[in-house]
Amino acid sequence: MGRFRLLLRTTAVRMSALYLGLFAICAVILVFYVTDLTSSLLTYQTKQVVQDELKVLGNFYRRGGVSRLIGHIDRRSREPGANLYTIAAPNGQILAGNVESLQPGVLEREGWTERPFSYRRFYQPEGTPGHMALAEVIFLPNGMRVLVGRDLGEPTKFRSMVQRSLVMALGIMVIGALVIWFVIGRRALQRIDRVSQASQKIMAGDLGQRLPVSGSGDEFDRLSESLNSMLGRIESLNEGLRQVSDNIAHDLKTPLTRLRNRAEAALAGKEDGPAYRAAMEEMIEESDQLIRTFNALLMISRVEAGSAVAEMNEVDLSQIAHDAEELYEPVADEAGVSLSTRIEDGIEVSGNRELIGQALTNLIDNAIKYSADCKKPARIEVALERGTNGSVLSVSDNGPGIPENRRHDVIKRFVRLDESRSKPGTGLGLSLVDAIMALHGGRLELDCNGNEHSGLCARMVFDRRG
Amino acid sequence: MVCFSSEYSPNMPDMKILVIEDDLEAAAYLVKAFNESGIVTDHASDGDLGFYLATENNYDVMVIDRMLPKRDGLSIVSELREKSIDTPVLILSALGQVDDRVTGLRAGGDDYLPKPYSFSELLARVEVLGRRKGMRDNDTVYKVGDLELDRLAHEVRRAGQRITLQPREFRLLEYLMKHAGQVVTRTMLLENVWDYHFDPQTNVIDVHISRLRSKIEKGFDKALLRTVRGAGYILKADG
Repeated sequence: MGRFRLLLRTTAVRMSALYLGLFAICAVILVFYVTDLTSSLLTYQTKQVVQDELKVLGNFYRRGGVSRLIGHIDRRSREPGANLYTIAAPNGQILAGNVESLQPGVLEREGWTERPFSYRRFYQPEGTPGHMALAEVIFLPNGMRVLVGRDLGEPTKFRSMVQRSLVMALGIMVIGALVIWFVIGRRALQRIDRVSQASQKIMAGDLGQRLPVSGSGDEFDRLSESLNSMLGRIESLNEGLRQVSDNIAHDLKTPLTRLRNRAEAALAGKEDGPAYRAAMEEMIEESDQLIRTFNALLMISRVEAGSAVAEMNEVDLSQIAHDAEELYEPVADEAGVSLSTRIEDGIEVSGNRELIGQALTNLIDNAIKYSADCKKPARIEVALERGTNGSVLSVSDNGPGIPENRRHDVIKRFVRLDESRSKPGTGLGLSLVDAIMALHGGRLELDCNGNEHSGLCARMVFDRRG
Repeated sequence: MVCFSSEYSPNMPDMKILVIEDDLEAAAYLVKAFNESGIVTDHASDGDLGFYLATENNYDVMVIDRMLPKRDGLSIVSELREKSIDTPVLILSALGQVDDRVTGLRAGGDDYLPKPYSFSELLARVEVLGRRKGMRDNDTVYKVGDLELDRLAHEVRRAGQRITLQPREFRLLEYLMKHAGQVVTRTMLLENVWDYHFDPQTNVIDVHISRLRSKIEKGFDKALLRTVRGAGYILKADG
């Protein structure tokens, strides 16, 4: 019962009921119109026949008087399938014709009978109901009355046949429509049920759940598909959020503990002013590093969340590359690293200068940090070129590189290779670059330095759009 | 005792600022620290009081927290601007991303500092906003001691001797000279000379400064460009 009520509540069923109602009203109007038309047509025919007959009778009367009229009526009355004929005395007594009795009062008024009247023919078996007829009554100058009419049996039968077949045809249509609508409504209801079951599971926390897609590619499927891709996005954002909170728990607690220990040690110690001062300065430095890590984490999750992080416009990638080189050239120089560029001019992409600049300086920073203390003379090249599928901004060095099987890992948050733990850094640099590239519809690729088969080549690939 | 200005004491007896901050502990610390740096400081703890004080008094700089009870920081700034009160405003915010900065500056703020900040950074920015020292905007030649910078000819001379600088070094020196006598921080330099608002991992600015320093000081006995520990740099002619 509850299911039925639910079914009644579905849009398809409600629309069906509305259509059904309208359709039924139209059908009723149609039935009335057609039968009315049929009967007026039949009445017209009847009148025509009766009038023709009267004309003939009139001729007989004019030529031979009442006796000839009666003779003709008598003759006509005997013909099979004859019309109704009656000639009656002024007092109403029937003198000739084929009518045994009439509904009283029919012969009292001259002209067309206003509505069908009942009569009995001669030789009609006893007990059968009287027939209905329409007739015209004429008063002769001597007061006698002549009635010519036509039985309504045939037209009535025809009319009711038309009516019945119309009603039956419309009835079949209505029932058919009802059944079809019921089936469609049920189907829609079942699919919606499945969608709402899936979404309840999702609400219960199973974000991996997806809405069912039937594969027919109809509007339900399209809706489910777009909701599914929305769910996918939510799931990955949620995953990112979870990862961030795990990371915060793991990687921010460590420096916080260190900070706390340092404060405790300073308090517990018997040191004087300058030592206190030194401890304080160390603590400020430590908390600055914490803030830096925290900012980087927030930045990554906001960049990954995508929307409204930054305004995107056409930016000159070549200029950004030159700016970064210019910013880092003295740093590289001081670290004993030779920084060279191979920048194609006039390359523009849609993006955010600040973010791309930050990503690129992160890569240059890394390259300087990791190649500087190698035995061989360190070299870094910043290159920008137009590839077949888009622009590629790369930073390659001849440092130790990253083993092929770890290249995917280092992009994850806080992942640092064991060899690099001694270096300053948050372990978030490459994650940020990766997130920024994803925001720009591109990607970060890590590779060995192709020319020298050692070192690292980090490529920021801006896919050509459209 | 606040020790940020141990190597540098600003002489700004007549600078008066307004701090609108709802965190009372942070506000008390700011008022104390500003006062010790010689800056007269009024404090308002909510948006309405802050707006009232801002319209009734004449301040040199206002420091406004973005999230305040009763009236938020950005609407205070935009309403002040509507009333043609052009006092420089520094917006403090726990939000610090690129887009937040842009909305802050669009509302009419002159500078934007994300929390947590160091007081030395805030102090340096407030002093620069107050513009009680340094050059005027329409000066075409900046002079600090015997150092001269011609903004139109793009020439730098010290004691009449021509010094060749790279374009970026020129802009760096131009900014330092424009705010001569004031502490400028590394982030201020990165923002104003390089137009980057992020915190680079390595201290790239220090390297640029030391290059510039070697160019303008090598061969001259007087140092002009000094490092202020825990804060930034200051370009000064005397002592």
